[in-house]
Amino acid sequence: MKKEDRTQGTRYGMVIDLDTCTGCGVCSVACASENNVSVLYDESDKTRNITWMQLYMVTNGKGFPETEVVCIPRPCMQCDNPPCVPVCPSTATRKDPNTRIVSQIYTRCIGCRYCMAACPYQARSFNWFDPSFPEGMDRYLSPEVSPRMRGVVEKCSFCHHRLMRARAKAYADGRRDLKEDEYIPACVEACPTKAITFGDLNNPKHRVSELVKGPDAFRLLERLGTEPKAYYKSTKGWVRRMADNYLSGEFKGRG
Amino acid sequence: MDLALIPNGVQRCSLKVFVPWMLLWLVILAGGLLSAFLCFYKGLNQTNMNHHFAFGLWIVFDLSLIALGAGAFFSGFLTHIIGEVFIYPYVEDLKAIINAAVVIGFICYSAAIAMLGVDIGQPLRGWFIFWHANVHSMLTEVSFCITAYLGVLTIEYLPLILSNRKLNEIRELNIFGSNLHHAMALFAAAGTFLSFFHQGSLGGLFGVLFARPFAFREGFSIWPWTFFLFILSSIAAGPSFTLLCVWIAQKVTGKELVKRSVFTLLAKISGWLLATYVILKILDTISWAYGVVPRAGLSFMDFYEGPYGVWLIVAEIGIFGIIPAIILITPRLRERNDLLIVGALMNITGIVLNRFVFTIQTLAIPVMPFGKFMSYFPTWQEWGIAMGAVGYGILVFSLSYRYLPLFPQEAELNPIRVLGKAVTDSGIVKRG
Amino acid sequence: MFPFVFEWGWDAGRLIFMGLLYLVLGVISLGLLYAFVKTWLQLRSPRRK
Repeated sequence: MKKEDRTQGTRYGMVIDLDTCTGCGVCSVACASENNVSVLYDESDKTRNITWMQLYMVTNGKGFPETEVVCIPRPCMQCDNPPCVPVCPSTATRKDPNTRIVSQIYTRCIGCRYCMAACPYQARSFNWFDPSFPEGMDRYLSPEVSPRMRGVVEKCSFCHHRLMRARAKAYADGRRDLKEDEYIPACVEACPTKAITFGDLNNPKHRVSELVKGPDAFRLLERLGTEPKAYYKSTKGWVRRMADNYLSGEFKGRG
Repeated sequence: MDLALIPNGVQRCSLKVFVPWMLLWLVILAGGLLSAFLCFYKGLNQTNMNHHFAFGLWIVFDLSLIALGAGAFFSGFLTHIIGEVFIYPYVEDLKAIINAAVVIGFICYSAAIAMLGVDIGQPLRGWFIFWHANVHSMLTEVSFCITAYLGVLTIEYLPLILSNRKLNEIRELNIFGSNLHHAMALFAAAGTFLSFFHQGSLGGLFGVLFARPFAFREGFSIWPWTFFLFILSSIAAGPSFTLLCVWIAQKVTGKELVKRSVFTLLAKISGWLLATYVILKILDTISWAYGVVPRAGLSFMDFYEGPYGVWLIVAEIGIFGIIPAIILITPRLRERNDLLIVGALMNITGIVLNRFVFTIQTLAIPVMPFGKFMSYFPTWQEWGIAMGAVGYGILVFSLSYRYLPLFPQEAELNPIRVLGKAVTDSGIVKRG
Repeated sequence: MFPFVFEWGWDAGRLIFMGLLYLVLGVISLGLLYAFVKTWLQLRSPRRK
């Protein structure tokens, strides 16, 4: 296999500023409604309900008055070295060589769930039930996203349909390149505190390409070598330490 | 009533005993079919699997069945390739169990494939694995090989079925059966190749999960160490499982079906392979604990918590690894019938435990630093399907034993007595 | 699995994998073919019983 040159082409990614994030959960709600995520009869079953944008609430473990809480929104990390892609037996998931977005082909997925075992972020959800939507909600389904059938795996697609829409518009205008704000996922658009920045990590004109170079930028479980394209940002040392596993004395962070 | 179907020179229990015995296992199989129906009709919400436990009891069972079914390919390899092609007389004794090993292998593989059919979320799309094959996935490799190998096992089973007394009277089938038998070395070679790769790939399945530090292993070229360990452990457990099945058959029928020397040979093969495996497994565990684990920023004890405590590794390698290896390789110990069976049973338990650890514990361990340990217990539907596989296996084995010449040594070891006189030429004896 | 399935590519990994697979399937088919042809020949020859 040819080695991929990651500095070339488009690499969509996002930076989530955890200092700005209030943990309101709007990103998660916007994501679910944008992407026709089905609603379980018992949504309190958190081991089986489907959330593409999961919110983790983490504390620094200290008592009052030093308690600090941070919310970590977790979309699909859209890894540059995705553990899920090479394991899929039926080629149902693939990293797009042009956008580096990891896609899931629902009609190709056989539901073996090997990708879920491979993903350390639990970004993948399996449809244990037939898709269902509460009375009336079915009228708000988006025609741009296909709902998933029972027995397949689904995950965040960086709102790929929005990319298609933006591209179609750009082509109609006679352009080949997208402007920075022309394509953003629903979670980015919905965030009331503008905590999420989205763009092409390879394009120096996009803000994300600068943000990921900052001293406060980090990724979840970086040591595993998955090379996520979803970055986080926090000035707090304990938050950055929380994002990965360290042996004692290994973490040399400030803050 | 079915006397005409029973092999020459041997005696079988009456149908009054055989039918209730079969009914018992049919009921268990029916429970499995009901569970399967529920899973097809209502979906996999009938199980206790969830986003954390993407794999459950069925995958543990599948992996175990395939490891235990390795007795078929390995005895086939030893008998047909080492024994016949390379003319090594030492393995001659294995001919006494090769038929039984093939039947057991056939049962294990067909049951495993049937269970996988229920396990995938979209069973009707199962053929996508072949059609849209991703050759980089270990699971693709496993699927191709176990399907092709089930074909080989069917071919190996066929001459045995055709040697049924009534079928053998049909000239066409008789000739075809013996011709298939002539080509057996070729099929055994193909089976060995396929088995080697899918047993390995089942280990590779976990070893390649580089984002799951508990399962991930370094290795040679594209194959993680688990690839080789799974091959070795399957050929260590396979002969022990064959031994155990034949021993159970002897207890159930109350007859000596194979000579004791055959058991000894199986135990010896199993024991030495197990001893090699255990040594390599210990080395692998040490290199993992000092390599993969600290590189992920974790320490050994981070992986053992809750019900999946450190007792698991002690049980897997220590109690059910080292002890059976010692029993089976020590001539004085394996000559004792009770220890022989205990050794074989412990060997199998250790290998099943290994498959359990790789499947369930890998998924129970939180990967996110702020995650929690999870635990899982299967629903009755999951147990139902697993037990259904057991029922199916006993049904097929019982039918094979009753109507096919499964054990070549049986007639010799159990001469039929008419009026207190042993009759060796069974053709003239009218049974009833 | 076949070159006409759209995700097929002529890369080394696929060629090795599929090459070995078809080789084994070929060997198995050859064995079966041998048994069938030999049976057919034996059934035709009147010398055998």
